[in-house]
Amino acid sequence: MNEITITIDGRAVQTQEGEYILNAARANGIFIPAICYLTRCSPTLACRICLVEADGKQVYACNAKAKEGMDITTTTPNILAERRAIMEVYDVNHPLECGVCDQSGECELQNYTLEVGVDAQTYSIKDTHKPAQNWGLIHYDPALCIMCERCITVCKDMIGDAALSTVARGSDAIEAEFKESMPKDAYAMWNKLNKSLIAPNGGDTLDCTNCGECSSVCPVGALVSSDYQYTSNAWEHKQIPATCAHCSAGCQISYDIKHTSITNTDAKIYRVKNEWNYVSLCGAGRYGYDFENRDVIKDQSEFDAAIAAFKKADTISFTSTITNEEAMILQRLKEKLGVRLVNNEALALKNFLSSYSSISGKSLYGGDLKAVHNADFVVSIGSALKTDNPNARFAMNNALSMNKGAGLYFHPINDPVIADMSKNVTQFNHAPMMEEAALYLMLDLFGDKASMPSSVSEYLATFHSTKTVTVEESVDEKVTETVTKMVLNEESGVEEEVSEEVTKTIKKKISKEVEVDENALFAMLNAPAGFVDTLTKYLAKKETFALMVGADLYTHPNAANCARLVALIEKYTSFSVTMIPNLSNTLGVAMICDLDSERGSYTIGYNTTGDFTLSALGNGDLDMPSLNQQEGTLTSIDKRVNPTNAALSYGGYVLNDIASALGLNAKYTVDYTAQLPVDAGFSAVAFDTLPNYYTNAGEEVRGYVLENRAVSVSGDENVAVFDAAKAMNEKVVYLANPVLQFSLFTAAAHQLQSKGGLYVSASAMEASLWSEGDRVTVKTARGEVAVSIIKDGKIEGDIAYLPTFDTDINSEALFGGYRFASVSIQKV
Amino acid sequence: MNHEEPFTNRNVSESSTYYYVDIETYPVSGWDKFKQVFRRAIRGELFVGLWVVMREMIKFDIHTLQYPLEKLPIGPRYRAVHKLLRLWESGYERCIGCGLCEKICISDCIRMDTRIDENSRKEVTEYSINLGRCIFCGYCAEVCPELAIVHGGRYENASEQRAHFVIKDDMLTPLDLLKAGEQAEYPGFGAIIPGSDASVKKTPLAY
Repeated sequence: MNEITITIDGRAVQTQEGEYILNAARANGIFIPAICYLTRCSPTLACRICLVEADGKQVYACNAKAKEGMDITTTTPNILAERRAIMEVYDVNHPLECGVCDQSGECELQNYTLEVGVDAQTYSIKDTHKPAQNWGLIHYDPALCIMCERCITVCKDMIGDAALSTVARGSDAIEAEFKESMPKDAYAMWNKLNKSLIAPNGGDTLDCTNCGECSSVCPVGALVSSDYQYTSNAWEHKQIPATCAHCSAGCQISYDIKHTSITNTDAKIYRVKNEWNYVSLCGAGRYGYDFENRDVIKDQSEFDAAIAAFKKADTISFTSTITNEEAMILQRLKEKLGVRLVNNEALALKNFLSSYSSISGKSLYGGDLKAVHNADFVVSIGSALKTDNPNARFAMNNALSMNKGAGLYFHPINDPVIADMSKNVTQFNHAPMMEEAALYLMLDLFGDKASMPSSVSEYLATFHSTKTVTVEESVDEKVTETVTKMVLNEESGVEEEVSEEVTKTIKKKISKEVEVDENALFAMLNAPAGFVDTLTKYLAKKETFALMVGADLYTHPNAANCARLVALIEKYTSFSVTMIPNLSNTLGVAMICDLDSERGSYTIGYNTTGDFTLSALGNGDLDMPSLNQQEGTLTSIDKRVNPTNAALSYGGYVLNDIASALGLNAKYTVDYTAQLPVDAGFSAVAFDTLPNYYTNAGEEVRGYVLENRAVSVSGDENVAVFDAAKAMNEKVVYLANPVLQFSLFTAAAHQLQSKGGLYVSASAMEASLWSEGDRVTVKTARGEVAVSIIKDGKIEGDIAYLPTFDTDINSEALFGGYRFASVSIQKV
Repeated sequence: MNHEEPFTNRNVSESSTYYYVDIETYPVSGWDKFKQVFRRAIRGELFVGLWVVMREMIKFDIHTLQYPLEKLPIGPRYRAVHKLLRLWESGYERCIGCGLCEKICISDCIRMDTRIDENSRKEVTEYSINLGRCIFCGYCAEVCPELAIVHGGRYENASEQRAHFVIKDDMLTPLDLLKAGEQAEYPGFGAIIPGSDASVKKTPLAY
């Protein structure tokens, strides 16, 4: 990318070659109106309002690329006339219901109508009846829709569900006189607007992963959250900048709060908003906001009991849905009281990272989701991407659709959502325990064998063999035939038989013996037939590679070898590597705390079971604030320490009160922000100085990025021999959450409340003769649990999974660390 | 020629025309105090006042209003305690819950709760004005797009508490009064100006 200079309205502006004019202008604070364009997605060219003049020619700023020395004028009399006509057309028959519309006050139609100065209407057409539709979590009012297609664009280019499309609607033709009299772009826009509507591809209702991003990007009130509808006006909310508490993506959000009602002045979160140009939310982030611990008061006797319990305890067990500061307090308590800190899920990542570091020489992985967004070849190994970290999935989809990319997805469970992202994505539904084979395959296919240690390349060579196969080829062959024809003899007038020689070319199939290289890894990973050719096609013109690895590897019995392989991939291939931490702050906990693996005799459980429990869900022995009630920082997948603020008040004790009573000295929890361990990569920065916003240029100005420190390497780059016989080909069950759920906290939100069960694909349900709601016992080597069958339309294949968000199902006890377990399932 | 506002120097300085009022020194001793009381009480003005009362009493031309039995008529645009009006024909509430009154209120004393009702319409479930804060500026009535909130004529706000609320049930025209034709349109701020049709450019209609 070359830095170039263009001139916009007489101002010299620096930008990258090939950047859209609109983005260059926005990054430099120059206003060009635009409705249908979404940063990070492809230009739609629906609204046509971003017209500008570049070197004397009218172009659309959203899809015209900047060239060196370009001279751009954002307003000319003709452009102003077009914009005025376009806004007038948008206002034709748009219902005058701003008074009740949820978008009023933040509506782009309102804003641009005022900006362009529409004070009278010139155009008219007969209106059609377009009844409102309820799509579950989302409400669509086609009467308000201006057909900018931002919902369709974001769903396809960013989210990857492609659940929406335009459909024709009946309407009158636009009067012929307008074609002559009105500006031509406005007429073209109207023609399209007048003919179509948005509709879900799945028929009457949405068939998607319910991220709600379509309602977020909607410039008008056409797509709104059904739950939010008519409860509030946009301007009444106070926006609390925060970081989403549910997964490791750490998305920037704002909690929109207002008093609960006239009689109850306590703040309530009404909705979650996001900077949709720069960050996309999943449904859990958008709808799972009210998980606060309500109506808590300070109960001295409970607090005294907690102090006594801490003095007695030899173990503190906790989950990773805590802030860095709380993790720091726990670490200090460990140092002071000598207790053990138990968090197996963070310990798995910590161990994985340390095995990884012994080869890579870095304390942290090198990639982040931005690298995935920018890649054109994306690979995911060992993660149920869609539900483990929806933003990682959005990044992969965005890379595939915007960069003409290709991708590989290694996971035992077939995911139709991944398959639908692009035709250039291949799923390897290998057996559990075969993740190492996938990593070896990556090394084998992409590794630089010349610089690799010979032991590794030699080992990789053992997977290869030459095989003689018979291939059928079609060959052109010339055949000469003698044909007899009846020809009329013109002299005699009698038909005669004449012999004639005809030469024809026919295709003939011949068998040929050829020697081919056979890669045993393909068979081990259940590669689809002809994958070698597919891969060659995928790799054409690819320059930027990204690999994401997930929790299946961290919990893998051979996790240490997996981690070493990941480090080798990063070292000897051009892939950037991103590890997907399991929960909201798994990475932060892994970096801050010294973790132990076994519990002692008396355990304090923080958001988990224990002899004395602290709970942010309100069901423990002492209440704790939930993540929307406290300030602090969370460490995300992007290795970024993001600040979050308290949206709601909390009346009880916090962990810092306990720590203070036990002799640690800090007035506020956030006093620990500046004390986070610098040798783990954190910075000694005070909480109040941490920013949390995006600039107009799309730059993420949030907290700070962890320093990726150099660590000593062992020098041993050998890999363990892989035993393909360990593949779990029997019936297995997986530990994962369904779409919209991550933890007990998402399940506590009123829009997402649901019962967990055994999630089964439609085909497996049919094969087992189960139906939804049937009770089954799921039995593994470690125990059994009785659950209901729930159909999951977003997975395929035979492997069912158990969730972790439902406390009634103690699913984790059934698994021995690894996310897959052999299982027998009996109908009750 | 430009009209210029004459500049008035409002600075109080020694050269200005301000002067101190002569104030008698306060009496200090008991005797001085008694003298002051006597001087002020027993003076001719007392009898002037008594004579006026006597004269008016004999004339029998009394203008005293028998409040609270009688009340002075007030102007139709007087801004007293608010009312919420109903639509004339259907009897539905005019208020659509747009929240503009809540937004414009300069003393921030209006609040409303809204929700989506069974007919998918925005319903105002509760509406309140804190009269302890209201300054009766009339902005709410002016901004209301539906002529739903208006000022009424009830100016008596005696209550046990200074900040008693006005709630929706108190303000909304009861249905029986509406049917009896008792609801009055408000001609004050926000009402349609006579002849305003002439100043509006009509939006074209295709049918």
